[in-house]
Amino acid sequence: MDYKHSTIEQLNEAICTGKVKSEELFNEAMHLIEQYQEDYNAFVTIISKYKKYGQKDTLISGIPYALKDNISTSGILTTASSNILKDYIPVYDATIYKKLKQAGAVLVGKTTLDELAMGGTGTTAHTGIVRNPYDKQRLIGGSSAGSAAAVSLGIVPFAIGSDTGDSIRKPASFGGIVGFKPTYGRISRYGLFAFASSLDHIGCFTRNVRDAAIVTDILKGNDPNDMTTLPDEEVCYLDHLNDDIKGRKLFYIKEICEEKIYQDSDENVKKTIETFHQTVEKLKEAGFEVDEVSINKELLNAIYPTYMIISCAEATSNNANLTGIQFGPRQDGQDINEIMFRARTIGFSELIKRRFVLGSYILQKENQEKLFKNACRVRRMIVDKMNDLFKEYDGLILPASGTIAPEFTHTSKSEKLDPKATVLENHMAIANFGGFPSITLPMYYYKGLPVGINLTGRPREDKDVLNMAQKIEDVLQIKNKVAGDYDV
Amino acid sequence: MMYKVVIGLEVHCELKTKSKNFSSAPNEFTMTPNIHVSPVDLGLPGILPVVNEEACRKALKTAMALHCTNPDEIVFDRKNYFYPDLPKGYQITQVTKPMGIHGYLDILVHGERKRIFIHQLHLEEDTASLEHASTFSLIDYNRSGVPLIEIVTEPCIESAEEAVQFLEDLRDVFLFCEVSEAKSNYGQMRCDVNISLMKEGQKELGTKVEMKNINAFNAVKTAIEYEIQRQSEILDRGEKVIQETRRIDEDGKTYSMREKVDAIDYKYFIEPNIPKIPLSKEYLDAIRKEIPMLKLERFERYQEEYGLSEYDAGVLSADKKISDYFNTVIENSEDVSLALNFVTTSVLSTLNKLNITIDEFPVKATSIAELVNRVSLKKISFDHGKKILYKAIEEKKDPIDLINEQHLEQINDEEKLLTIINNVMNEHPEQVRQYVEDGNTFVYNFFVGQVMKTTNRQANPNISLQMIKEELERRKQNERK
Repeated sequence: MDYKHSTIEQLNEAICTGKVKSEELFNEAMHLIEQYQEDYNAFVTIISKYKKYGQKDTLISGIPYALKDNISTSGILTTASSNILKDYIPVYDATIYKKLKQAGAVLVGKTTLDELAMGGTGTTAHTGIVRNPYDKQRLIGGSSAGSAAAVSLGIVPFAIGSDTGDSIRKPASFGGIVGFKPTYGRISRYGLFAFASSLDHIGCFTRNVRDAAIVTDILKGNDPNDMTTLPDEEVCYLDHLNDDIKGRKLFYIKEICEEKIYQDSDENVKKTIETFHQTVEKLKEAGFEVDEVSINKELLNAIYPTYMIISCAEATSNNANLTGIQFGPRQDGQDINEIMFRARTIGFSELIKRRFVLGSYILQKENQEKLFKNACRVRRMIVDKMNDLFKEYDGLILPASGTIAPEFTHTSKSEKLDPKATVLENHMAIANFGGFPSITLPMYYYKGLPVGINLTGRPREDKDVLNMAQKIEDVLQIKNKVAGDYDV
Repeated sequence: MMYKVVIGLEVHCELKTKSKNFSSAPNEFTMTPNIHVSPVDLGLPGILPVVNEEACRKALKTAMALHCTNPDEIVFDRKNYFYPDLPKGYQITQVTKPMGIHGYLDILVHGERKRIFIHQLHLEEDTASLEHASTFSLIDYNRSGVPLIEIVTEPCIESAEEAVQFLEDLRDVFLFCEVSEAKSNYGQMRCDVNISLMKEGQKELGTKVEMKNINAFNAVKTAIEYEIQRQSEILDRGEKVIQETRRIDEDGKTYSMREKVDAIDYKYFIEPNIPKIPLSKEYLDAIRKEIPMLKLERFERYQEEYGLSEYDAGVLSADKKISDYFNTVIENSEDVSLALNFVTTSVLSTLNKLNITIDEFPVKATSIAELVNRVSLKKISFDHGKKILYKAIEEKKDPIDLINEQHLEQINDEEKLLTIINNVMNEHPEQVRQYVEDGNTFVYNFFVGQVMKTTNRQANPNISLQMIKEELERRKQNERK
C-alpha cells in the first residue's frame, strides 16, 4: 500500500481488514527515517523496537506517530533539543503520551525542536538544524520543526507538536501540511516542558483536516493534573466535519492583507497575498461570508513585542529548574552558585541565554510595570478586540505566512525581521494570547514550495473551526501531500 | 542607655493535610529521606501544580481566627530565586492576594491584654531540606511542597517575653483550629525575627537585623535578648548597627550570615498554571463556622461565667481537647463546682498519673456529667461517686453502667430502709436491749454499719442513721408501755 500518502482512516482500515500489520507500518516508518534522517534531521531519538500498547478499536490503533522531544516520556530520552537536557530520561509520562499509548498508537521517535521550543527556525537544536523536505536549502520553521518535517516527509501520518507563538502553525505552512492547536485547556499540558505557560498549547500535524480531528479527539479532555484544562464536552469533532457551513462569517484584517502594503516586497509575498484574495473569493462561492475588517495598526504592531516580553518572562522562570542539581550536567564549583552558573553556561546556547536575560530584565521590579504588566495589558486589549469581532464572526482567516520557507543563508540567529512583514509573519500569536483554536492548512505552492492559510476561531469552538477548515480544504483541494510530490 | 525595642516576627507553620500543597505526594513526617516525593516536588520538566483545597481551607481558617480580611479569590504568585532546596527555581506563594491581611491576635502579658497586629497571612510551599556534611550536602525532598503558612506581624512587639508569648499563643491558635500539629522540634513551626533598637522619643525605626529560621521558642528568647544586648552596646559606643541577616548558634549567640545591601528582587509574577479561584461568601461562611472558641476567650469565660479561679481557668483552657471535654461536662451538669471538682481532681490527675491524653481517657465527658448529676441529686454520695469513677477508669467501663450493673444507686426510699432496719434489729436483740434498757447510744453506729453491710453500702447513711434513732426510740417507748 502507499503508506506515505495514506490517511489515518485508510491505514486503520488496512490494519482492520488484515491487509497490513501494525508492525509492517512501523517498519515502513523506520525505513523512511533511515532514508531521511541524515538529510533532514527530524529526530533526536528513534525508537528502533516495535512496541504497541493499548486498545485495538481506536482509529489510531497500530498507527505510527512521532512526538516532539519536549514531551515527557518515561524511560525514553527527552532532551528539548538542549544540551542541558541531553541525557535526561524522564520518570513520568505526559498525559497526552499516556492517551496515545492507551489508544494504541505506536511511537517511532522523538522529534527535533528549536532549543527548549524557543525559536521559529528549526535551526537551534543541540543535534543540528532541521531541513525543509521541499528544499534542503530552506528551513522548515519551528519550533516543532522535526514533527512538521516527519509528517511532510511521509514518515508518519501524524505527529505531536507544541505551539507558543505559532510553533505548530508556521512549520505546517512551510511543510505543506495541516497544523492544529485547539483552545487553551482543551489538551492537557501535563508533561509538556514549559516554555511560556500562559501561551503554551499542544497540538498536532497531519496531512489533512480529517486526520487532525481524529487525533484531537484522542488528545482532548480534562486532566486533573492540569488545572487549566477545560471540562469535558460530549462531542466528537470527526462527526461534525461536514456540517453545513452556510452563513458562517469569516473576516480578514485589512492592515495585514492589503496588496499595496507589499508593493516593494518579494515576488512570493505578492503572490501569497494575491492567492489569499483569490481564496477568499472561492470561499464566498462555497457559502462563507467573508468581510474585510480594519484593526488599529498600532495594536497589530504590538503583537510581536508583546509576545516576546510575555514569553521571555515566563520562560526565564519556567526554565529555572535547569541547574544541574536535580538532573542534567552537574558541574564542579566552589559554591552552589558557581555549580549552577557553570551548568547553565554550558547547557544553554547563546540565543537561549539572551532570552533568559531579557526575561529576567523584564521581570525586575523596576521594569515590571513598564514591560511585563504593560505587555499583559496589551495582550488583554488584543484579546478583547478579537472577542468583540468573534461576536459577529465565526473565524479569522489570514495567510499563515507571507513568504515561502526562507533559505538558511537568509536567516541569522539575531531573530531580526523585515519590519514591513513583521505583522504578516507574526500575527498567529493572537491565537496564543487568547487561547483561540487555530489551524493552518496548505493554500498554494509558489514555485513548488508550500504556503499555508490560517483559520482562527472562537475559544472552545474547536468543533466549528475544524468544520470550517474541512470546507476550506474541500475548496482548495490540497491534501495528503508529501514532499517530493512536486519537483522543485 | 535604655533603648526601645521593636520586633517583627515572620512565623512559618506547616499545615496538616493529607497531601502536599500542589502535588499528590503524602504530607507526613518521616525520618526516611526522599520517599514522599512526586515529579512535581522534584521540579521535573513538564510538571504542573494542582492546588490542595484542604490547605487553602486551613489557611483561610487560620486567617479568620486571626481576625484577618480574606480575599475575594485565591491567587498564587511565583517567587523566583535560585537555591538547591528549591527544585523548580521558584516558590509558589502569595503576594497579590494573601489568604488574610490586617488581622490581630490578643495575648496576655503579665495579666494585661496586648494586641499583636498581623500584617498578612499567606499560603506557600515549603522547600526541600538540606543536610550539610564537611565536603558535600544532601537534599531531602520530603519537605518539598509541604503546605506552609507564613504569618507576618507588624513591628509592634517590644520584648523577648512578648515575642515568646505571641508564639505560644499563635501555636495555640493552630492547635485549637486543628490546622497544624505545630511541633517546633519537627521544624513544623519556625520563625524569623526582625529586631531594631531606637532611642526613647525617636520616631524613625533603627536599623533592622534579621535572624532566620529559629525553631525553639526559648531560642527566640535567647536570640532576642542577645541581640538587644549586642545592639545596645554598639549604639552606646556611638556606632551604627549594620543591616544584615544573622543566624543563632547553639551557644545562644548570633553570628553574621550576610550583609543586606539591597533586598533581593524575587521578580514576582502571577502563577500562570493556576486559574484564579473565586471565593464565595457561602464558602467562607462555612469555614468560619468551623472556628472554635480560642484559648483566651475560654480562659476569660471560665472565670466570668463559671467563677473559676484564674489557676483552674488556665489549666482547663490550655489544651483544646481538655477544654472541650470540660465544656461538655459543664454543659451537661447541674452543679458547676461539683463538675469542676470531678474534672480537675479526678480526670486531670488521672491523665498525669497514667501519662495519657484526654483522647485516651476511658470515660466519656457525658458520663462524668451524669455521674455528677447523680451526686448532686443525692442519688449517690460524693465519696461513692468518686469511687465509682476510679473503678470505671480502672476497668475502662462506663460509670453509669457500673452503677446499674451493681445496683449501686443509693437507697433513699424510707419504706425500704425501715424494712431493712427492722430486719437488722431483729437479728441483733442484744444491741437493741442495750439501748432500750441502758440508753447506750453507741449502738447507733453499730446499726448503721449493719445496714450498710446488708445493703452493700447502697443505703443512704444519713437517712439510715436518723431512722435507726427513731426506730430505737420507738421500741424503747413500746417497752415502757
